[in-house]
Amino acid sequence: MRKLLLATVVALFGAAALAPHAARAVNPDEVLADPGLESRAREISAGLRCVVCRGENIDESNAGIARDLRLLVRERVLEGDSNDEVLDFVVERYGEYVLMKPTTGGANLLLWGAGPVLFLLAAGGAALYLRRRAAAPEPAVALSDEEKTRLDELMRG
Amino acid sequence: MITELGHFALILALGVAIVQMIVPLIGAWKGWAGWMAVAAPAASLQFAFIAASFAALTWAFVTDDFSLHLVWANSHTLQPMLYKFSGVWGNHEGSMLLWVLIVALFGAMAAWFGGGLPPSLKARVLSVQAAIGVAFLGFIIFTSNPFLRIAFPPFDGQDLNPLLQDPGLAFHPPFLYLGYVGLSMAFSFAVAALIEGKVDAAWARWVRPWTLAAWVFLTIGIGLGSWWAYYELGWGGFWFWDPVENASFMPWLFAAALLHSAIVVEKREALKSWTILLAILAFGFSLIGTFLVRSGIITSVHAFATDPTRGVYILMILAVFTGGALTLFAARAQAMEAKGVFGVVSRESALVLNNILLAVSAFVVFIGTVWPLVAEMLFDRKLSVGAPFFEAAFTPFMVVLSVVLPIGAMLPWKRARIGRVVKPLLPALVLAVLVALLAWTLQTSKTMLGPVGFLLGTWLVSGALVDLLSRTGRGPLGGRVSRLRRLPRADWGKFTAHTGFGVTVAGIAGLMAWQTEDIRVAQIGETFEVSGYAVTLTDVTREQGPNYVTTFGHMDVHKDGELVASLSPEKRVYPVQAMPTTEAAIANGFWRDIYLVIGDPQTGGGWAVRTFIKPFANWIWGGTIIMALGGLLSLSDRRYRVAAGAARAQLEPKGVPAE
Repeated sequence: MRKLLLATVVALFGAAALAPHAARAVNPDEVLADPGLESRAREISAGLRCVVCRGENIDESNAGIARDLRLLVRERVLEGDSNDEVLDFVVERYGEYVLMKPTTGGANLLLWGAGPVLFLLAAGGAALYLRRRAAAPEPAVALSDEEKTRLDELMRG
Repeated sequence: MITELGHFALILALGVAIVQMIVPLIGAWKGWAGWMAVAAPAASLQFAFIAASFAALTWAFVTDDFSLHLVWANSHTLQPMLYKFSGVWGNHEGSMLLWVLIVALFGAMAAWFGGGLPPSLKARVLSVQAAIGVAFLGFIIFTSNPFLRIAFPPFDGQDLNPLLQDPGLAFHPPFLYLGYVGLSMAFSFAVAALIEGKVDAAWARWVRPWTLAAWVFLTIGIGLGSWWAYYELGWGGFWFWDPVENASFMPWLFAAALLHSAIVVEKREALKSWTILLAILAFGFSLIGTFLVRSGIITSVHAFATDPTRGVYILMILAVFTGGALTLFAARAQAMEAKGVFGVVSRESALVLNNILLAVSAFVVFIGTVWPLVAEMLFDRKLSVGAPFFEAAFTPFMVVLSVVLPIGAMLPWKRARIGRVVKPLLPALVLAVLVALLAWTLQTSKTMLGPVGFLLGTWLVSGALVDLLSRTGRGPLGGRVSRLRRLPRADWGKFTAHTGFGVTVAGIAGLMAWQTEDIRVAQIGETFEVSGYAVTLTDVTREQGPNYVTTFGHMDVHKDGELVASLSPEKRVYPVQAMPTTEAAIANGFWRDIYLVIGDPQTGGGWAVRTFIKPFANWIWGGTIIMALGGLLSLSDRRYRVAAGAARAQLEPKGVPAE
């Protein structure tokens, strides 16, 4: 309960939501000797979620399980897996919850499609509205006497 | 005793707010001037009571009154005074009290400075504002009372969460609340206008300053939070698309849309119902943000079940206010007949496009934020929506916005020809392309992100400059310069805010494209090289802070044999909460930040050390500050200082530039 309370309090404060720890993320002993493979491992890690954290990927997280996953990713990379194969491997074990970038399959089409579809709808609606506004006649407004005097004043000034 | 008085004042405030909600509304309906006149003094009184209550709570924090449960849970005698003070809002109950304090403050300000408002509109605005106050005062008193006592007070408190013991974060929440709650004013004006059945230029002129102020506060608040994350979390990220961040970002986007559409209502009396809708949505999303954060529903569905009262209460507030306002909108929107006629190519259309891009991008953020919840409830899929989604789905809208902004900003009202606007912008375009090419040739990694970001950033900044210069007309330089100085503040505000946006765009792209990092074990005395900088770990020391122990890593950074910076990153442990925090040491620079972090001692000797070179990092917050400054400039425009109704009588003989 205390932890939950803490989480709520932390949650009130923007980015504070990301539980920080003293030592960050990837430790020196995890780093692969080959910089090419290491940078691939970092890229893959950035797309995998730490399952016990709040929205952190395993590359940023300091949790034990994130470290285990980072080592697993590096192991797979060393074995010669492609990036997608590593992701598939991890998803098979932990479910799609670990993917920071949701798949486009099934209902997720709604998620990915929402932005473009909304934009097209809004743009269509706006186009109709604009054409109607452009065609609408200018409302004929007669100037009141007061306004006429004011206009004269302005023209003279 | 003071505590009880504070509690009592809070209850009195609720009573006053109820009166302020009901009496002026009936007065405005029946046309009884006496009943309408109740609103203004009631707003002042309500504010006074809440201020007294807030002062009592602050007093309890400052004097370490641990008989108060809230103080005990969030403070400690050793805590520096600043954090005892900021501890007042560093927790759920106290922050809600700050929230209603600001609601009441804004209401009172509308009462004090609203002399030029039509009496019935003023009465209705204050009544709606009081209704918001009633809802949240009730929320505090019935579910989140900050004045609960402990029967046997402990000797010392539990300390404020160490993360919050930071100057950047101490003032982050008040700014955010000023922003959220500022939007409540726009909401109150929108609902009052719907009841009134009338929206005109004067109404927009009243709403725009509140929206502008809210947007400025939100900008500062979000900027502070992001800056804090950058230096505190230890790897220099600045935005994480976390639900809590999104909660503040959505109202910001809507506020940005609203303050632009209000211009169209003010200048051209068009887009009225859309502007009303935006005002409702902007505050609605503030409430949704509050709900998401307070209920914990997004973090964990189960947290919601363990403490449902608060979440359900806020959900009810959300349903009543946005639901009610939208129903009213559906019934009354037809009455808002637009007057201004304009062509398909015109400033009006450009602002419609601005609104579409901002509103749709806000919806994208919203859908991404709630999708994990929706997917679990409807499709039984447990999934995550993280930064990669938002980067892919949100960024395109910002790119399009950046491309069209300088053109749209220069289009004349009513009817325009694109060609005539594009011609003066050609130099800006050429400059932008040149900068992008320069970035492309200078960079070592061949990514598009950096050059494209700098293309857009330069286009925005130079486009804003062209726009400003074009306002001075033609003729000899001297005349143009003097005209530049006499331009309305609103023009300068527009220039400044758009420039700030460009700077931020370039900063984000530059940082994300070109940052480098290095992770290693360093022995004391060892020197290593990162992107041309030679970093030496000279020493590691342990020291005692006021309420923490700390480990300092002392590091020197040399470039080409010259000392660039001596930095001491820290690792603190707060014993009361047994929580470690990182204090990165940063050498801030115009072109780059050098960002050092000290980690744990290693078993084989030496220390884990992280070095980041972060190009253009400060441009992100620099741009944010410039944007906020632009808002403030625009806010200081004389047409807002002159009461809307009285404007005509006070026009100077020579007149102000027409727009």
